[in-house]
Amino acid sequence: MSILDLFADYTARNVALGSGLLGVVSGALGCFAVLRRQGLLGDVLAHAALPGICLAYLITASKSSLVLLLGAAVAGWLAAFMLLQIVQHIRLAEDSALGVVLSTFFALGITLLTFMTKRGDAQQAGLDSFLFGQAAALIEEQLVTMAILAGLALSASALLYKEFKLLTFDPVFAASVGLPTQALSVLLTSLIVVAVIIGLQTVGVVLMAAMLVGPAVAARQWTERLEVMIALAALFGAAAGLTGALISLSDTNIPTGPVTILSLTVIVICSLLFAPSRGLLWLRCRRR
Amino acid sequence: MSAPSTPLSVNALEVHDLTVSYRDKVALQDVDLAIPEGKRAAIIGPNGAGKSTLLKAVLGLVPTVAGSVHIYGKPYAQQRHLVGYVPQRSSVDWDFPTTALDVVLMGTYRRLGWFRRPGEAERALALQCLAQVGMDDLADRQIGRLSGGQQQRVFLARALAQDARIYLLDEPFAGVDAVTEQAMLDVLRALAQRGKTIICVHHDLDSAPQYFDWVALLNVRLIASGPLATTFTADNLRRTFGGSMQAAIEHFRHFEEESARG
Repeated sequence: MSILDLFADYTARNVALGSGLLGVVSGALGCFAVLRRQGLLGDVLAHAALPGICLAYLITASKSSLVLLLGAAVAGWLAAFMLLQIVQHIRLAEDSALGVVLSTFFALGITLLTFMTKRGDAQQAGLDSFLFGQAAALIEEQLVTMAILAGLALSASALLYKEFKLLTFDPVFAASVGLPTQALSVLLTSLIVVAVIIGLQTVGVVLMAAMLVGPAVAARQWTERLEVMIALAALFGAAAGLTGALISLSDTNIPTGPVTILSLTVIVICSLLFAPSRGLLWLRCRRR
Repeated sequence: MSAPSTPLSVNALEVHDLTVSYRDKVALQDVDLAIPEGKRAAIIGPNGAGKSTLLKAVLGLVPTVAGSVHIYGKPYAQQRHLVGYVPQRSSVDWDFPTTALDVVLMGTYRRLGWFRRPGEAERALALQCLAQVGMDDLADRQIGRLSGGQQQRVFLARALAQDARIYLLDEPFAGVDAVTEQAMLDVLRALAQRGKTIICVHHDLDSAPQYFDWVALLNVRLIASGPLATTFTADNLRRTFGGSMQAAIEHFRHFEEESARG
């Protein structure tokens, strides 16, 4: 299937738009997550979304993507809050706290999912596709929800670009000039939650974190400017999303998430090896 | 500002009964400190004396248990526009994708307010601040490709872009090269001559008398503060450094010999 066919076909168009959109949002916001050394936070938020989706369905019996994604957002946000509380009040290193919160939420999610599969609910609501993503199942209603969320997240980060940059580079100085760093951190984390839930349908909870970290890591290799890094990361994310969707559409048995991430991995590896001045090969050659 | 209308001895910074603690450890206890306008003041004390904490408490960055801080007679939250801050160089990741000029521009963010991006006027000001620290030719360089001293000067330039009346600096001379040291001294002296107040956490007893004209000796409690000539004495240093007294005394002897020589 070529790119042109993709836009002619209704399902294919949805899939392409959805995956591309996800790539742009997670690429752009992932830059802040990576630069704030919070790459793993995305992983926690994504895994935490699973019980949120299941509970939202159990409580409302609604298949509406808005309801399910709202459940995901609340659960993700709750996980982030718990993480913050653990790090602040218990003497536990952040990586251990991440591990604890991630596995707890994910275990709960898998338990709920298994229970619902037995009742036949999960299949019907398409909940199992949230695990590894199934872009082919994307319908227009979901696409519209995704587009609105993406628009909100991107405009918020464009509007607060200067504040987010200062918060990320030098939070102490940011606080000294009167920026509400705590509130801005919460907002930035919330925007990352939005990026995560946009990706749940197409990439799935298990691999979503890679969509945040991968494009940012690749983009950092090619530039020394934050603006350029964000634009490149959005581009890389969209490219990986589209490629993944394309491959997964050619055979519906392949879940979209894994192929998207594998496409992304190609971009990341090339960037790590070949980027001028930061690439591994470049550094090797210069050392000689 | 008309000079005649301002009284001669205005206190730029006044700290009353300040106590700060981290969890169960007291970092600062009952600190009373007043620093007059136009001084170049050093905060000196052993490791763990609470020197950086004092700066952070003045800036409202750490919660205080008790006490008050006033900048020109008002609380910090109302006087942010009067204060410039140079954090320790090690407090940020210098691999961040940004240029020297861009970091200096961050000094204009408070004046710009929410949402507004820096424009031509801010860019010109930032370049001028970089020139003051002798770094305008490196404006477009990524900050990780600067030397440690150059990074420190970028931080000083950012504080200059804040256009403040009081400058708080956290160990700006730690591990810098001779060129940077001279450039920073020139800038600090020029600022003081224009009536700006410099408050600087400093670790090196040898250089303190050449760099500063006012000292505050701190070891959790304030030991002494005042003009360098009357405060930077062997007795006060012994009381400040306690256990590491011998080292302090030797530093002091060295200083006395130097000044006797001329």
